[in-house]
Order: sequence, then structure tokens, then C-alpha cells
Amino acid sequence: MASRIVKRVLQNRAGNIFSAGGAFPSIQRSFSSSSDLITATLFPGDGIGPEIAESVKQVFRIAEVPIQWEEHFVGTEVDPRTQSFLTWESLESVRRNKIGLKGPMATPIGKGHRSLNLTLRKELNLYANVRPCYSLPGYKTRYDDVDLVTIRENTEGEYSGLEHQVVRGVVESIKIITRQASLRVAEYAFHYAKAHGRERVSAIHKANIMQKTDGLFLKCCREVAEKYPEIKYEEVVIDNCCMMLVKNPALFDVLVMPNLYGDIISDLCAGLIGGLGLTPSCNIGEGGVALAEAVHGSAPDIAGKNKANPTALLLSSVSMLRHLELHDKADRIQNAILDTIAEGKYRTADLGGSSSTSDFTKAICDHL
Amino acid sequence: MASRRAQPLLRRLSAQLTPTRSVTYMPRPGDGAPRTVTLIPGDGIGPLVTGAVEQVMDAMHAPVIFEKFDCHGDMKVVPPQVMESIKRNKVCLKGGLMTPMGGGVSSLNLQLRKELDLYASLVNCFNLPGLPTRHDNVDIVVIRENTEGEYAGLEHEVVPGVVESLKVITKFCSERIAKYAFEYAYLNNRRMVTAVHKANIMKLADGLFLESCREVASKYPGIKYNEIIVDNCCMQLVSKPEQFDVMVTPNLYGNLVANTAAGIAGGTGVMPGGNVGADHAIFEQGASAGNVGKTELVEQKKANPVALLLSSAMMLRHLQFPSFADRLETAVESVILEGKYRTKDLGGSSTTQEVVDAVIAKLD
Repeated sequence: MASRIVKRVLQNRAGNIFSAGGAFPSIQRSFSSSSDLITATLFPGDGIGPEIAESVKQVFRIAEVPIQWEEHFVGTEVDPRTQSFLTWESLESVRRNKIGLKGPMATPIGKGHRSLNLTLRKELNLYANVRPCYSLPGYKTRYDDVDLVTIRENTEGEYSGLEHQVVRGVVESIKIITRQASLRVAEYAFHYAKAHGRERVSAIHKANIMQKTDGLFLKCCREVAEKYPEIKYEEVVIDNCCMMLVKNPALFDVLVMPNLYGDIISDLCAGLIGGLGLTPSCNIGEGGVALAEAVHGSAPDIAGKNKANPTALLLSSVSMLRHLELHDKADRIQNAILDTIAEGKYRTADLGGSSSTSDFTKAICDHL
Repeated sequence: MASRRAQPLLRRLSAQLTPTRSVTYMPRPGDGAPRTVTLIPGDGIGPLVTGAVEQVMDAMHAPVIFEKFDCHGDMKVVPPQVMESIKRNKVCLKGGLMTPMGGGVSSLNLQLRKELDLYASLVNCFNLPGLPTRHDNVDIVVIRENTEGEYAGLEHEVVPGVVESLKVITKFCSERIAKYAFEYAYLNNRRMVTAVHKANIMKLADGLFLESCREVASKYPGIKYNEIIVDNCCMQLVSKPEQFDVMVTPNLYGNLVANTAAGIAGGTGVMPGGNVGADHAIFEQGASAGNVGKTELVEQKKANPVALLLSSAMMLRHLQFPSFADRLETAVESVILEGKYRTKDLGGSSTTQEVVDAVIAKLD
């Protein structure tokens, strides 16, 4: 009986995903014509957040991007409707606009409330985390030829938070993999690969040891792969993947992974290109919601001193524009950022230079 | 005897590669009697590389007798005579055993480890002089808990389409791996032990692991201890690997960290390692990626024997034949330094046999 109900629920959900004929609902929005203004939610965040959000707003203004911002701040009291410091209105705003940009948020220490990131993830049902990692020309790291995208399942897997102590000294933690979530993220991965002209999708797993869980994930990926015959599909065991990534990152194109492996591999890839201060990230939710975010911390020690590096948030806003299909604007801004960094004249402290945030932003605007 | 860390430095400074032993090792009478060691060639490139070890041991006239057994990854259980042999000899050298995907066959590697209770897996990742890599000053030992954690193998399907897998962490296992890690650091003159975890998300499970590590750390005040979250750890490994010394990790993270560390230091084809328990030890290629190899490697006989040769040097030390171990290590390192005979993963095009012949020629 229970299995029949579950089956019906799963079928309904599956119907919603595939009813748009493979295209994601974001395309169907009424304001996709470039002349209309798109409203987007902006969470400047804490610490250096407001400064770098200001950079983004400035760059968008100069580039004449048709976006108007609806700013929301993290409150100082716990909102009982969301059980966290994020208010219900903020979440409703993102749900309504379907597009958002988030700066770094520091979760206040204490009990009685959920972490901010967890709240966003659960309430907006953000199921995929996409991080494009490419070597920035002009910023030399040990790896020069990185150009890959990691797509990580964001809702289940090892991070379900279901742990308990069996007896004293023995703890169990449950990893859950469902067909529905795996299909969803695999669908998004192949859709992304097709939309951005990527040739290969690699599924990362440890199915030789975790046969049922990662086996289910792989089965779902294979099913979706059959629907996209023009995209090459391969499966790589995670230990091989780690080794190949550090020896030759050019071997990979798009990576799709369950939650834990995704966390580790996406941070590893961020390390390859220069760290979290330069990595863009975008969270995709059900119903076409996209929330781009900067994954670095809020750096309270340099807050307010005009020293922060806005690159991560700027590149995240570029991926936001790509999600909105404003490709020409996205390309212009991305090229301006890459040119500025490549030139080397204006670099913030973390990249080895001594420019301030405002100088760096101005240099980007000049390059537009 | 010069510490392990100083040896690569000394070798780089001196043009000749001579074993750096100033005071001799005095054996007990009868220690030179040959020891029997179980040998499992394994699958794929396994027979090639174990064959390489046999040849080199022969050339050195090392007091080791190999008892070879045929064992393949697609067997359902480890054959009882193999188990018996390992229990008798207490030391085993093994090539890679393939673990088939899906299919319900449990990994033979895991079976061996569980049955013999080999709870610590050790990989030594270090820069080999003469081998160009993107990172320098790497000298990391990854000690990984081998029996529980995510590899407990307890999975079941709740309803169709929903699968659960249990990750089990116990205080007993966490404590003994932490004890092994600190004891290793103490015995090998290592300065720092880093625990790798994800306790901000898996608060109870990895929290228990960390608690055990902290307790053991307090008993070794001379060794520095710190903790790092696994995703940050991987990021630091690819940007600043020189900050790590000994790393102790639960099962899954250990797999990833060991392979990453091996990759940055030169590849899994050169890093030695093994699994050890209270009574038995199995030596094999350190990190698990590529230990079975691809079919082209097997056909063209171009597998890299360096990892297994260095692991057999570790084995010789474990058996208390340090002079043979030093000779073997010196020969292998001078072949790598020279650079003429290197297999494909190190940037050359030699076959396994050519590398073996070069090593034998360099044995003094």
C-alpha cells in the first residue's frame, strides 16, 4: 500500500519535471524578452557581502543589464515561520522572482534555529549545485588547463542529517539515495551540458563498494544518458577521479555526483583554479529557481575596508545571467573580468595585488 | 639512522645515492633464515608487477620465499588456502584485485581486510627526486581506517527507488586507528598528525571519530595535532601540500585523500603502502586507483612496477631486513632520478621489464 502511494507521488513529480519537454521552466517565463526588466532577489549577506554586492550592482548598471534588484537582508531575530534568521518574505521573494544572487552569510552560533544555507536549500528545494571551474588566464596556479563543471546533488545522500547513537560508542549515519533525486540531478546535468555546448558528462561514484546506493545513482544517470545520444557519457570511480583531477584536469568536462563526493570534488576543483575566492556557484531549484551564490566566507576581518575581492560574486552573477539566457551580456561581463585579471594591473590583495574593491570594479567597468 | 624525512633531502644534496647508515644493524643469530611470504599476483597488471618484485628479490638474493596463490577479483570468497597461508606467514604481498561493479559480489580486498582485521591502511606519498611534479616538498603519510565507516556494506532498498546505506563509526575502531597514527608518528619522527573529518555536517559520526583522536592526542604531547574538514583538506592538498605530515582519516575520506595525495606527488603508480593489523600485514600499491590497470597496459606490458617495488622495500623493513630494503630503495630511486627508464604514467615509454632490468643493474 505504501509503495503504491510512493509510486504515484514519484510519477507526479516525474511528470512535472518532464512536462516542459526537456526545456526547463525558466524559459517559459513571460519576461524572457530582453526589453522587460527582470526582478531578481539580492541577499548582500554579512561581512564583505554588502561591498561586493555593490560591485555587482555597479557592473550591471554600466553593462545595462535589464535586472532590477530586490534586496533582502538577514534579520536579527528568528522568524518562526522559517525557524531561521531569514524571513518568510525573503523566501517568498525568491520563489516569486525565480532568480537570486546571494552573498556570503555567516550563520550565527547558537541553537534553536536552522542554518541559513540549510533553510534556503530546504525551503526552495535547491537540488543541484553547479560550479563551473575554469583557469583564469593571467592568474597563475599550478594548473593551467582546467575547464570543467561540477554538478552536485544537493538534497540527500550522506548529508541527510540522519544520525543516531545505537549504543554508547557506536554511531550510525544513514546515506539515502532516491531514484527521484538522482534522476532530477542527472536530467539537469545533461540539460546543462547540451545548453552550454559541453561534450561529455562523467558520473562519479563508488558503486563497486556501495553497490545499491551508488548503483541506483548510476542507473538513473544511464537512463538519462540514453535520451541525449549526442553527449558522451562515462562513469568514473571516485578514487580514479581524484587522481586524474590532480594529474590532468583537462580529462574532465561535466561531472555529476551525489552529495558527499560532490562537496569534496567541487572544492578540490576550486582549489585547482585558485580557491573559493574565485569560484562561481549556482544552485538550481524545482520550478526553475536559480540562486547564484559566492561560496567563500564573509571574511569579517576585512569587512568594510574596501579590500574584498568581488570576483566570485561577479562570476556567480554571470552564471545567473546565463541561466536567464542573457548570453551576450554574460559574455561581455565575463570577458571584462577575465581581461582585468589577466592584465594584472588591478588585483585585490588575495590575488597578490594591492588594489581596492572599488578600483578593481572600476577597471572591470572600463573593460566593458 | 637518518630519519625518513631527511633522506630525500640528503639524496638531492649528494650526487651519489648511497644508503645513509652510519652505525650498523646487529641482527640476532638466525635472523637470516628465509621468511615465507604469501604472494597474490591478482588481476590485470598485478601479475606483471608482482613478477617484477620476484625478479628483483631473486637478484638481491633476499631471504624471502614467496608462496604464490591464484586469486581473482571475481571469485566470491577468498580461497581458504590463501587465508590459511597469510595467517601462517603473517606477511603478504599482493597485486591489485579487481572489484566488479554491481553484481552483488563483495570486494575481495574488503574481505581480506575484515577477516584479518587489518584496520590501518597506510600510504606514503612523497616526491621522488628527479620526477617532475606540480607540487614540491610533499611528504605525506595517509593513515586510513580500514574496516568500518562507509564501507560497512550495509545497504538495503526501503521501497523501490529509495536506497539506504549505513555508515557506522565506533569508538573502538576510531580509537585504535588514532592510536596507530600517533604511534606511527612517534616511531617515525613525524611532527604533526591531522585528523580529516566532516563533523560540521555529520556531527555524531565524525564527531565520535574526532573525540577519539583528541583523546589519543593528549597522550602524545610531543606531537602536534590539528583537525581539518575534508573539502578544505582537498583544496589545501592541491594548493599547499607541504603543510601536511601524517593524516588520519575514516574510511571513505581516506580513500579520496590518499588518491589525491598520491596524484599530486607523482601518481599512484609510484606510491607504496600497505594494510596492517595487530597480527598480519599486507603490502600492495599504496593508493587504490589504477592498481588493476587498463587492458592496454596489460597487453603492452607497460605497467609501473615502482609502487610495488617500494612496497616490497617496506615489507623487507617490516621483516627486519633493513639492508636489503635500503639497497632496493636506493636502486629504484636512482633509476627514477636518471630518467631513462620510466613507464607511461611518469612521462616515459618503457616497459615493465625494462624498468626491472634497470633496477637490477643498479643494485649494488
